[in-house]
Amino acid sequence: MAAPAVELRGITKRFPGVVANRDVSLSVARGEVHAIVGENGAGKSTLMKTLYGMHRPDEGAVLVDGKEMKFRSPSDAIDAGIGMVHQHFMLADNFTVLENVVLGNEPTSGGRLDVKRARAKIAEISDAYGLGVVPDRLVEDLGVGDRQRVEILKVLYRGAKILILDEPTAVLVPQEVDELFGNLAELKSEGVTVIFISHKLDEVLRVADSVTVIRAGTTVRTVRAGEVSARDLAELMVGSELPTPETRESTVTDTVELAVRGLTLNAPDGRRILDDVSFDIHRGEVVGIAGVEGNGQAELVETLLGLREPIAGSVSLGGQDITHWSTRRRRESGIGYIPEDRHRQGLLLAASLWENRILGHQTQAPMVRGPWIDRAASRRDTERIIREYDVRTPSADVPAFALSGGNQQKLIIGREMSGSPSLLVASHPTRGVDVGAQAAIWEQLRDARAAGLAVLLISADLEELIGMSDTLHVMLRGRLVAQLDPARLTPEELGSHMTGAALRDTG
Amino acid sequence: MLRRGLLLLAAPLLALAVALVISSIALLLSHHSPLSTYSKMVSYGVCSKAFPDAPCTAESMVSILDRAVPYFLSALAVAIGFRMALFNIGVGGQYHMAAVLAAGLGAAVSLPAPLHVAFILAVAVVTGAMWAGIAGLLKVTRGVSEVISTIMLNFIGGGLSTYLLVTFFKAGGSDNLSGASKTLPTSAWFPSLNPLLKALGLTAGDTDLYGFAIVAIVVGIGYSILLQRTRFGFDLRASGVNPWAAQASGVAQKGMVVKTMLISGAIAGLVGMPHLLGFAHKYSNDFPAGLGFTGITVALLGRNRPIGMVLGAILIGFLERSAQVLDLNGIPKEIVVIMQGTIVLSVVVAYEVVRRAEVAAAERAVRRRLDSDDGPDAGPPPEPQASAAVPV
Repeated sequence: MAAPAVELRGITKRFPGVVANRDVSLSVARGEVHAIVGENGAGKSTLMKTLYGMHRPDEGAVLVDGKEMKFRSPSDAIDAGIGMVHQHFMLADNFTVLENVVLGNEPTSGGRLDVKRARAKIAEISDAYGLGVVPDRLVEDLGVGDRQRVEILKVLYRGAKILILDEPTAVLVPQEVDELFGNLAELKSEGVTVIFISHKLDEVLRVADSVTVIRAGTTVRTVRAGEVSARDLAELMVGSELPTPETRESTVTDTVELAVRGLTLNAPDGRRILDDVSFDIHRGEVVGIAGVEGNGQAELVETLLGLREPIAGSVSLGGQDITHWSTRRRRESGIGYIPEDRHRQGLLLAASLWENRILGHQTQAPMVRGPWIDRAASRRDTERIIREYDVRTPSADVPAFALSGGNQQKLIIGREMSGSPSLLVASHPTRGVDVGAQAAIWEQLRDARAAGLAVLLISADLEELIGMSDTLHVMLRGRLVAQLDPARLTPEELGSHMTGAALRDTG
Repeated sequence: MLRRGLLLLAAPLLALAVALVISSIALLLSHHSPLSTYSKMVSYGVCSKAFPDAPCTAESMVSILDRAVPYFLSALAVAIGFRMALFNIGVGGQYHMAAVLAAGLGAAVSLPAPLHVAFILAVAVVTGAMWAGIAGLLKVTRGVSEVISTIMLNFIGGGLSTYLLVTFFKAGGSDNLSGASKTLPTSAWFPSLNPLLKALGLTAGDTDLYGFAIVAIVVGIGYSILLQRTRFGFDLRASGVNPWAAQASGVAQKGMVVKTMLISGAIAGLVGMPHLLGFAHKYSNDFPAGLGFTGITVALLGRNRPIGMVLGAILIGFLERSAQVLDLNGIPKEIVVIMQGTIVLSVVVAYEVVRRAEVAAAERAVRRRLDSDDGPDAGPPPEPQASAAVPV
């Protein structure tokens, strides 16, 4: 049997504090489409960066056509016939297709760009693989699907026989996905090997010959695409540990606190990010939104906070229409916010804890009186939070960056629970915190819920979602596709809903 | 907090030492004694002694302070932009526009003394704010970088102020070769602080100590209160160090950009006023130029802190004044340019070194304190702080 086109043996890659890939092994045969699936953060991208020479593995070997390779940079990988099409296109908009393709690899005659030779070679590649690329069009006039074909052509132009496509369908609409898959079939029939990274299982099963599943940084299994269902793959992706959902009394009331109706949001480039999203949160209710990251949850949160402008739909809080309110007005009216990335949206890292206490509450007593900041009152209230929420810090005067992640998060939660909010938007509230802090945060959320707080919970931790939520929605490609009862739900079921496998299996 | 104070002083002193070493090398290479050069500069800069047996007067001191006043105002204008991560490179254009309109309109009205000065200052402040506001509006409506637009507005402002001067404000008379505007009536003159000098028993020759120094101090105090004590200042600083967090906390970023540019421009409008109201009393084509760029230097030196910027402005003033004695002694006065350049560069480096030391010290302090509180149960160590932004 011929040597596989690409083989990875025992790849381990560590970053400070985390192991991104652990003992990853996989083998890709020549001329096949090989999919690599896994949740966001499972380590797919790290692995592909290793293969493309963007960093070196700490352990393990990369073999191309049976020969061991030591890539020092992507140009070494390109020399070995590996090409990568990134999720975010790297094209110069004001150049033509031809100029983009030859950029950095220009055929010259007498020191000048040999346009004729370049055009001939581009036409040849385009015809050979049925890409249908027109060399003289400006890239800025092209649609997303065309741009992706230019990226593929650019890689082939440099002699790639092994193509890595990083989440190629993330930016495409369904018709464009079909075209892409047509192109991939052509490439395969011409002997090109394709490595296809995705977390969309239905697409993977349509296009791939074999599938390798990655979970928590390591390869779980490689299967033939024809021999598994989307549900099987979902189980492999999510793992099969069963959480034990909390049994507790419901505190859900009849009063609707937040009502979202038909909320629709477009990206600046016109792609639909939220599509007709509707749900209610009652007082005393935790509504969880499950979904693979990147399906619109972050944007939903930002829209509820007034950081993004929806193109349709309405949001009302406590019976008042807040669809067109500013962020500040929403926060004044009682929306608490625990952001997904606390360093980016939740803290001023170089500022003291008492100044961070003010953030998001700049118009509220006791920290602020009229136009003036009341430093003493703010310090006092920060000390209260430090006490009540067990924030481990010497004082309220230390800068926020000096605290550990868990203590930063406890400070944020204490801050957002202050001033009796009516709605708490909690995005990954226990991400990156230690186990002790996690339990404390869950307890605080439960207490607040019992006191009548409405909570929107976004999380990637299925155990947290199932254990905390009273109602669970699943978000897929910007839509709420299922409403589930967390009391009678396993993570496997939830996982297959999240990846769209359940939809596909039920038709 | 004493430690912190020492660290704060360490950076500028370190930078000054490095600058002295480099300047000494330059002097040695051109066969001059560094020590005698520095001592000449100090005795002239502090005591106005051009020659060893000359009497000691306050003339140099007054000259240094007079230079420092507009530098300080210019630095304040730049610094308030820096605090919200905006680069107002256009202080130059803003104060020229402000000065020409203030001089022209000021000469066209007659008012009693305090009102006349107030009117001129109001014109200057509003003009500076409007001129800077153009850059703010371009940024929020069209996404134009304020760096580019303020630089361009410097050129436009320079040309436009000359045009306004020649077309509308130029004084009559055939001897007006420099094309100056009409001289302001004495009701619009800002009184000097020379009586104060006299009371202190100092002699400054015929040099006036700008009374506008008082205004500059008031603006400096206002800057400090605005940023440290008000909600608006909090919003501004939050936007500067973390615009995403500021936005999520309810600060409308576009509005903040425009407001900050308006305030920056308003202060910039005052930069030409010490010269206009305290010395020249008219606008002309030889109105002082380059004060905007010196303001950037001073803001960097002073790390956007009012006291730091006062010292920075005085340091630059001292270097410029004391350079005048070097030519008399056959020493190239360009050595001062080398000193200024190396001071700025080494200050920036030294601040970064000190900042990292502060970050490490703060993290150590928290960890030590927690370890002694509850043993090894203090949670994981802090995450790496690549993004630990420093307030600029």
